[in-house]
Amino acid sequence: MKKLILAIFYLFILNTSVLALVEVDITRGNLEPLPIAVSPLYIEPGSKDVKQGDKIIKNIGEKISEVIEVNFRRSGLFNPLKKASFVQNPDIAHVKPRFEDWRLIKAQALVTGKVNITDEKLRVEFRLWDVVAAKEMIALAFSTTPDNWRRVAHIISDKIYQRLTGEKGYFDTRIIYVSETGKKTQRYKKLAIMDQDGANVKYLTLGNELVLTPRFSPKNQLVTYLSYFRNMPRVYLLDIETGVQEVVGDFPGMTFAPRFSPDGKKIIMSFAKDGNSDIYTMNLETRVVERITDHTSIDTSPSYSPDGKYICFNSDRSGLQQIYVMRSDGSNVKRITFGKGLYGTPVWSPRGDLIAFTRVYKNKFYIGVMRSDGSGERLLTENFYQEAPSWSPNGRVLIFYRETKSDSEGKGFSAKLWSIDLTGYNERLIETETDGSDPSWSSLLSK
Amino acid sequence: MIFKTNFRKILLIILASVALTACATQKRDAGMMQGDVYTGTDTVEYLATGVKDRVFFATNKSTLTTASRDTLRKQAAFMRKKKDLTFTIEGHADERGTREYNLALGERRANAVKDYLMTYGISGSRLSVISYGKERPVNSGSNPLAWSQNRRSVTVKAN
Repeated sequence: MKKLILAIFYLFILNTSVLALVEVDITRGNLEPLPIAVSPLYIEPGSKDVKQGDKIIKNIGEKISEVIEVNFRRSGLFNPLKKASFVQNPDIAHVKPRFEDWRLIKAQALVTGKVNITDEKLRVEFRLWDVVAAKEMIALAFSTTPDNWRRVAHIISDKIYQRLTGEKGYFDTRIIYVSETGKKTQRYKKLAIMDQDGANVKYLTLGNELVLTPRFSPKNQLVTYLSYFRNMPRVYLLDIETGVQEVVGDFPGMTFAPRFSPDGKKIIMSFAKDGNSDIYTMNLETRVVERITDHTSIDTSPSYSPDGKYICFNSDRSGLQQIYVMRSDGSNVKRITFGKGLYGTPVWSPRGDLIAFTRVYKNKFYIGVMRSDGSGERLLTENFYQEAPSWSPNGRVLIFYRETKSDSEGKGFSAKLWSIDLTGYNERLIETETDGSDPSWSSLLSK
Repeated sequence: MIFKTNFRKILLIILASVALTACATQKRDAGMMQGDVYTGTDTVEYLATGVKDRVFFATNKSTLTTASRDTLRKQAAFMRKKKDLTFTIEGHADERGTREYNLALGERRANAVKDYLMTYGISGSRLSVISYGKERPVNSGSNPLAWSQNRRSVTVKAN
């Protein structure tokens, strides 16, 4: 009997290892990034040079592969292998990879592709290969305009990420944040937008008035934020394409902490009057304003659940800042945080499962996550000062900002964007031209 | 027992030295903070002779201290004299909190000041309120003294 059980056991192990294809588990702390070789894309003969503005981009095949590599490396899940060790040329590798050669350099997955560029169109074809099982995993082709070549790299990265992890990616996204310059007592702040890898930075405001806490609409074309234009702090809407700005509603006092509803139809925000801040919504189409909370405490930082049915928010109605959840009509308010210290900036994950937050305890700041009933609290990182996490669209990465200590002259002060994985690993500084704060992640640009 | 007596002596010495050091620390801060409300005059400006332009708050609080109420009574007297002047009351918070909550807290502090001035007969139409949250610290330092100076409400002449 024992021998039979052992035999079945061994059979089971053998079977699983034979069936195992390359895959990445993103739920554990990833200590073994998957070795992946990203071959430069082969440029088909007759292709034109890619023009971006008045610059000419040479070696576009290599440039695209480098953008993909940076995405993979920054995710902490993949280890892109050095190109110097590649043995096959891009054109042949794309048609018939010699898997034994790729296995020699320890690659487990291989990315190959080719591009064809005319004046109006960039057509790309790429393949993902399982080097271990020696088979093709994805073969896809698509086209876009040549100046969109970075998005090509991000879309390819997302497709590969999805195939290998089973989750949607987050590389074809943008981040909006507040760019900061100047001394600490007189900071100049501008709205800035960039690709999630830091490229294509654009400034959306001039810095003449204080701007704070921007958020993307789920449709990605609109942004809402707080502006001190004319010394009247109010929530505004900005159309990224047209540059047109308009104040949201006609409130006789400060409005702040704005976000969009998941369907993009409403703005939810705080309205402060006579020392009291409550949460209101305004329908962007009908302009109808609804009051959601009605309490003498400060109610702010509202965040919808992805199905739009619930709102989590920050309130000090029990004395100090805590996190509460209520139905989106304001009913059924429940407190969900009971730990020591205070809690703020709750943001509901796009997956609906978790709420990220800032916690302050014993003069230290923490970024953490908890379930929407407040259970399972996990603190991911501790710092002198950090706050305001924002979720990647796949609910796997959080972006937030940190400030450093400064002396009474303001020396030593800096504000920077940081990201960390939900697992608590892969804590990473996000390089920006200037200091930055209040980051917010867009949804996937390609749906 | 010899051990017991010695132990008591040592304990007394320890307690005495702790008390002395506590006294010393208190003296250093006495001119600057009470609880964690700033009581100094370092960042203070004056609307008129003897009329301080600002009051200070404890962490996370918007309650007015006795000293604050004294300052505001003097501000109200000044405002009653200068009937043509209007004022903006700014509310501020220190950097040791989340940005959005600090905007609301600043607004609450400024309104606490406005409400108190109104009880001394100043018309609300002469007093507008603006919160800057933690955006405009007056002291860039990252220490309790700097933070206490930043937790303030400042009355500014608007015209």
